[in-house]
Amino acid sequence: MTDNSNPPGRVPPKGGASLEEARLRQQAIGVKLRHMFDEIVNEQVPDEFLDILRRADERSSGGDEK
Amino acid sequence: MSGATNPPPKPASADDKAFKQELVALIPHLRAFARTLTGDPTAADDLAQDAMMKAWDARASYQMGTNMKAWTFMILRNQFYSEKRRSWRQSQLDQEAAERTLVAVDDPESPVALDELRLALATLPEEQREALILVGAGGFAYEEAAAICQCAVGTVKSRVSRARKALQATLEKGGYARDGRAAGDAMRSILAAADRLSSVRQV
Repeated sequence: MTDNSNPPGRVPPKGGASLEEARLRQQAIGVKLRHMFDEIVNEQVPDEFLDILRRADERSSGGDEK
Repeated sequence: MSGATNPPPKPASADDKAFKQELVALIPHLRAFARTLTGDPTAADDLAQDAMMKAWDARASYQMGTNMKAWTFMILRNQFYSEKRRSWRQSQLDQEAAERTLVAVDDPESPVALDELRLALATLPEEQREALILVGAGGFAYEEAAAICQCAVGTVKSRVSRARKALQATLEKGGYARDGRAAGDAMRSILAAADRLSSVRQV
């Protein structure tokens, strides 16, 4: 697992990167994509969300609807 | 998603309680999906809150035990596109916000790679981006993603595949302006960062 096993910016003149390398690159993008998403999922949810939901809940269970 | 015009008033029930619990657990995922759609944290939270309330108001039409995550994602997505139709400038704003974020970062380590990925994502056609996010990051099966996007499974598959190819090409060629950085650096930093992330994950 070395960082520089792939020479940067060197695109083979014909046929593009090898299949294996393309697969690795796709895998890397996938890992980053999930990481990006999970980072947001793991953020603390702002109180606002729960406040809004609590108020809505109270409104609907409070009897009178307006 | 407008559903019934006037849902009958419903007494608070055990169902409501269970529904609310499940909905609360989904908030982080709704926020993440909203952020990837809008590209802007504030707009994303507004969108996620609207979707959460729409889901709450429509709870009578939800069948407990079915896939609530997919159901709420569909509500959020519909909300996003109906708002978007109202403000045509949104996509330009997304792009500008993404560029500002990119320029603001000067740490040469992993945050750059993340922002490059974000920027590359922003260059994808919308339907490809959302398909890739749902399947590649949200953990949805193709069938579920198809239900959320209200399209055929084959359509989702081809969108995801095209998105992957386009993303890779953008990251390798640097299909966007970037001050002083060689094209190809984006892909290299993503490879390096992915290496770090997956070795952390394996521990």
